[in-house]
Amino acid sequence: MASLVGSRVERKEDKKLLTGRGRYTADVNFVHQTFAYFVRSPHARAQIKKVDTSKALKSPGVVSILTGADIVNDKIGGLIAGWRIKSEDGSDMKVPPHPPLASDTVNYVGDHVAVVIAETLDEARNAAELVKVDYKILKAVVSTKDAMSSDQIYKDIPKNMCFDWLLGDRAKVKEAFDKADKIIKIDLVNNRLIPNAMEPRAANADYNPSTEEITLYTTSQNPHLARIIISAFNGVAPENKLRVIAPDVGGGFGSKIYPYAEEVVCSWAAKKIERPVKWVADRTESFLSDCHGRDHVTHAELAVKNDGTFLGFKNETIANLGAYASVFGTVTPTYLFGPCATGVYKMPAAYSNVKAVYTNTAPVDAYRGAGRPEATYTIETLVEKAARELGMDPAEIRMKNFPTQFPFQQTLVHSVDSGDYVGGLNKAMEIADYKGFEKRKRESASKGKLRGIGLCSYFEACGIAPSPVVMMLGCGIGLWESAEVRFNPTGNVTVFTGSHSHGQGHDTTFAQIAADQLGVPIENIEIAHGDTDKGPFGYGTYGSRSLTVGGTAIVKACDKIIAKGKRVAAKMLEASVDDIEFSNGEFVVAKSNKKKTIGEVAFACYLPGTYGEVKSPLPEGDEPGLKETSFFDPVNFSFPAGSHICEVEVDPDTGETKLVKYTAVDDFGTIINPLVVEGQVHGGLAQGIGQALYENCHYDESGQLITASYMDYTMPRADNFPEFNLGFTCTPATSNPLGTKGCGEAGAIAAPPAVMNAVMNAIGTEISMPATAEKVWKACNKNKKRNSEAA
Amino acid sequence: MKTFNYHSAKDVKEASKLASSNSAFLAGGMTTIPSIKLGLATYKDIINIKNIKSLSGIKASSKTLKIGATTKHVEVANSKDVKKAIPSLAALAEGIGDPQVRNRGTIGGSIANNDPSADYPSACIALNAVIHTNSRKIEAEKFFKGMFETALKSGEIIEAIEFSIPEKSNYQKYPNPASRYAVVGVYVAKHKGEVNVAVTGAKSCVYNDKDLAKALSKNFSSSVIDNVKISSSGMNSDIHASAEYRANMIRVFAKKAVEAC
Repeated sequence: MASLVGSRVERKEDKKLLTGRGRYTADVNFVHQTFAYFVRSPHARAQIKKVDTSKALKSPGVVSILTGADIVNDKIGGLIAGWRIKSEDGSDMKVPPHPPLASDTVNYVGDHVAVVIAETLDEARNAAELVKVDYKILKAVVSTKDAMSSDQIYKDIPKNMCFDWLLGDRAKVKEAFDKADKIIKIDLVNNRLIPNAMEPRAANADYNPSTEEITLYTTSQNPHLARIIISAFNGVAPENKLRVIAPDVGGGFGSKIYPYAEEVVCSWAAKKIERPVKWVADRTESFLSDCHGRDHVTHAELAVKNDGTFLGFKNETIANLGAYASVFGTVTPTYLFGPCATGVYKMPAAYSNVKAVYTNTAPVDAYRGAGRPEATYTIETLVEKAARELGMDPAEIRMKNFPTQFPFQQTLVHSVDSGDYVGGLNKAMEIADYKGFEKRKRESASKGKLRGIGLCSYFEACGIAPSPVVMMLGCGIGLWESAEVRFNPTGNVTVFTGSHSHGQGHDTTFAQIAADQLGVPIENIEIAHGDTDKGPFGYGTYGSRSLTVGGTAIVKACDKIIAKGKRVAAKMLEASVDDIEFSNGEFVVAKSNKKKTIGEVAFACYLPGTYGEVKSPLPEGDEPGLKETSFFDPVNFSFPAGSHICEVEVDPDTGETKLVKYTAVDDFGTIINPLVVEGQVHGGLAQGIGQALYENCHYDESGQLITASYMDYTMPRADNFPEFNLGFTCTPATSNPLGTKGCGEAGAIAAPPAVMNAVMNAIGTEISMPATAEKVWKACNKNKKRNSEAA
Repeated sequence: MKTFNYHSAKDVKEASKLASSNSAFLAGGMTTIPSIKLGLATYKDIINIKNIKSLSGIKASSKTLKIGATTKHVEVANSKDVKKAIPSLAALAEGIGDPQVRNRGTIGGSIANNDPSADYPSACIALNAVIHTNSRKIEAEKFFKGMFETALKSGEIIEAIEFSIPEKSNYQKYPNPASRYAVVGVYVAKHKGEVNVAVTGAKSCVYNDKDLAKALSKNFSSSVIDNVKISSSGMNSDIHASAEYRANMIRVFAKKAVEAC
């Protein structure tokens, strides 16, 4: 049987998903179901003086209305910050309480105040309008940059600062900077984004009063995590009485890793009223209350020699956490950001200092790339600026500072096991016809257009591991992954993974891996995930971890299956275990034609006897059945890397930027399914380009969200993109047996600097993301004015 | 969504009779229905006029093109008569919204709504349209009164829009990158003896830029546009485009339109 790893197997899940046969949380309905509608704060910051539900309770169809007071009475715990960060001075981070329904203050527009539960959604919504909340409006803190000098939001959190974190060595950096020929400085804003998963968040909780069990269907990237949080922290039900199912999920991009107030409230309310409670966000609720992404204000400096050698780097960042510390809100701007700050370069000295602040905006958490796009944007625009100021070619300055020996120990944290940064950039330059740029630029100029080229060389640290290190750094959970490989008696296979597919294509990629390992046809393998009652505990899908961590767990479980299979086959074939060889789904006695297929072995394991005589195929000590579980905790992250080259054409009359050419060369180690990987790259690029040119979350001064619908929040569309030129290099990862590295976030990490470097190259001026037409037009005008004055 | 009474009128007279100060006519429903669903509008009565056959259809004569009020955008875009008589109008219809909107939205609905960034109002102004209602004929210049405001009275129904066929014309717009509504749309039409330059998206209501029109009447060439002052005063300013940028875009797109004529 030919190996499936490396082949373009069409996605098994697409038939279902593309023909409308997917089953999403909103498709799940229970008999006797009720509908929840949340009363949300219309103010960015206010004291709740009184919540009057008396009129709303009389509204037709209303079953129950629950408020913050009920949360307090029932001792329902608050939402949690999942990663504890210490400040440079050793003090613990400061975290405000975050009750699922607010009882005394609201802290962003969309904050949860009450829930109305009614027989129909319309009835719930109509009654919600009658809930009278008496607010005392307070001055909102909105600006990231000014948060530390604004009004104090929480009594015990001075300067609105959660922590002031340092990674690196200030003294060494100072030394390096003292020796530099030149210091390159940059001030950046990493624009705030709204995740915009295609499927809005939803929850449907069913309670069985006789067994006291809650079944919660929810839009989650990680149902196991939802279960443990809702049980252990919110205290809604013990873990054994809470089943969480994340069925088909229409995208998450980080925003669905953890449970929100709505899931907690629906589960708790279902138990309270003893009826199922369903909630589905409308799009505006998604804009208001899904956790947002990015939102950094950064000052960074690079110390260089005149020949372009990097000597040192420093990064001072203010990161906006929004109104509360969300589950991965505190790790995103620290351990996911800081260690990647020096990019793909040899950097003798470096530090990253991050001050995380609270503001009266929606909480900010992981969003595709989480911390790594922010880090990459900083170093890659800074490196490009260094090239400009030193009069060097941007490719040359990168090449000069790339490490060429691997493993490569970076200055800050990571020991990068493998890579070929020089080869990757060379390949990208070749595909992009880097040399031909000047000619293309002249052609554009003859049409009155400004053409620019931009580079980005990036690396990513994904598949966070190993768990003891992660927990030492403050993480509230481990980050291993589980797999259970279960042969059914008739010889086909169900593989349970603790990760979760919500667009990534696990049903196909993971089946390819299992098919190769077990020698079973791919159509006989089913991948199961997303149900805490089906498979073992797991940690879900985010941070480009599923294949390297979860895929490896599948390999390990398959190894155990084969080990047992060898013992059983040996007994069946009356041979020694040491003589049994396994390949292509067959156990063969060495140097003979005696063999048993893995299907026959599985059958024998489940029916261990012989008609008419007492004879078992199982060796002594082996139990019946053929099912093995593995919990894999990798020794290190995986480190994908690559170089992207973008070309844009700017119309100076309108400022419109057209992406005319985009080349991405990535090293994801071993590629299991190129079709799926290319899809992941395309999607990541779309989001990265979206951040660079279009997307921007905008709050006004009072904290009202102006971009609260697709009328104002610019999602990129297909016609905004050129054909992407993709290329791959391969240095297999050494930290997992497959040799794979994560690929999900690469595009979102590399694209923003590549695009912005191209825009800035075209117009010759620094501008901030997103490079909207008006911003670019103004920059072009300023240049024109300057040029005419100079003339 | 609040409940309402639904009526389906069989003719214009019945539709008009059912109308009240608390009712809405329903044609394509591309604005009305989302407004109701979002709770931005509530009505006691919704009067469906889609089944009134006389309100739909396209009639071309030598001088004018008459389009029934409930004619869908897709029908205007695909109509041989429109493409022949006023190709820029067919192109405008082709560029409204997305396929779903074009398959349901109607010309009468668009101009009755008079969204400040809608496309059709600019065509009405540029093409000297006459709005035929069940009680009178209104010139386009007098029809569009202000933001979402028209000369229509309660119970008055648009029956058709009659466009003058120009010598040449073209419509160019800069779509809002988020919503794809016009941030600025410029409809240039050269008629015998006069030029109209209708601008949508820039102000609270569509208007004819008299200065541009005058300059182009004298010399129908994009080169004259640079000499015309386009003041940003009174123009919309929002997160997508400042007034100053809109004024620039009028100039750029007026040139494009003239060059494409």
